[in-house]
Amino acid sequence: MNKEINEKPLKKVCIICAKGTIEDVYATLVMANGAVMEGIEAKVFFTFFGLDAITRKQMNKIHTATVGNPAMRMPGGLPFPSILGMLPGVEAGVSAMMKQQMEKLDIPPVDEFLEMITAGGGEIYACKLAMDMFKLKKEDLWEDCSGVLTIGDFYGHCGGENTQIIFT
Amino acid sequence: MVQKTIAGNTVDVDQEGYLENPEQWTKEIAGEIANEIGIDLTDKHFEVIDYLREQHAQGTQLTIRKVGKSGITDIKGLYKLFPGGPLKYSSKIAGIPKPSSCV
Repeated sequence: MNKEINEKPLKKVCIICAKGTIEDVYATLVMANGAVMEGIEAKVFFTFFGLDAITRKQMNKIHTATVGNPAMRMPGGLPFPSILGMLPGVEAGVSAMMKQQMEKLDIPPVDEFLEMITAGGGEIYACKLAMDMFKLKKEDLWEDCSGVLTIGDFYGHCGGENTQIIFT
Repeated sequence: MVQKTIAGNTVDVDQEGYLENPEQWTKEIAGEIANEIGIDLTDKHFEVIDYLREQHAQGTQLTIRKVGKSGITDIKGLYKLFPGGPLKYSSKIAGIPKPSSCV
């Protein structure tokens, strides 16, 4: 760990989240929160289905896909047949189980996680184009959203030395 | 393991300077580690530190979320007390190992 550090430390991460599944949204939130906890600036841009994570009606109801997800397993490790994933309620059940497991590791629901990130100075943005596409208004968004931006405006926030853009 | 003299005490530390043995911790050591980081300790800092040490002794895996729910301070307050490293710096000053949680 204490190898000689020749590189300049990371100063800022700009994370773009375009999908609304548990794994995409949580990967984004964990990375953003992990950054601010290390004193690294974090800006997050939610676009397309990723907007669900900051839409008040949807944010705490996100799911993981039980169909078309080859990494999905039964508890115990057996393969999870796709046909089972199609049954009504299965996706909701699996998603609830995943959230329970995360809660055990002290990983909070989406709204609380966003609050943790902004408490550390992180900023949360919504994509204007996707908002127009899904006919969403600013009032539909989580109240502490820093703003609705075009991608050009978001890039404007991504300047500076040792900044990385991450697409989840 | 490395030995380091902090505030006149010889203590065992890891390569990043976290105390290996919380028993070797004193308030003076906390003060000196905080100084190195650039934090002036207040009573509020010590409330957080005492909480962290207690929780660590009980074997709890610490997260900023737990500290935020401890009733001592909220998460925003924790960032104000330990800027740039709410859990990392507070743990280092509290003489407990580097946090192993991602939250």
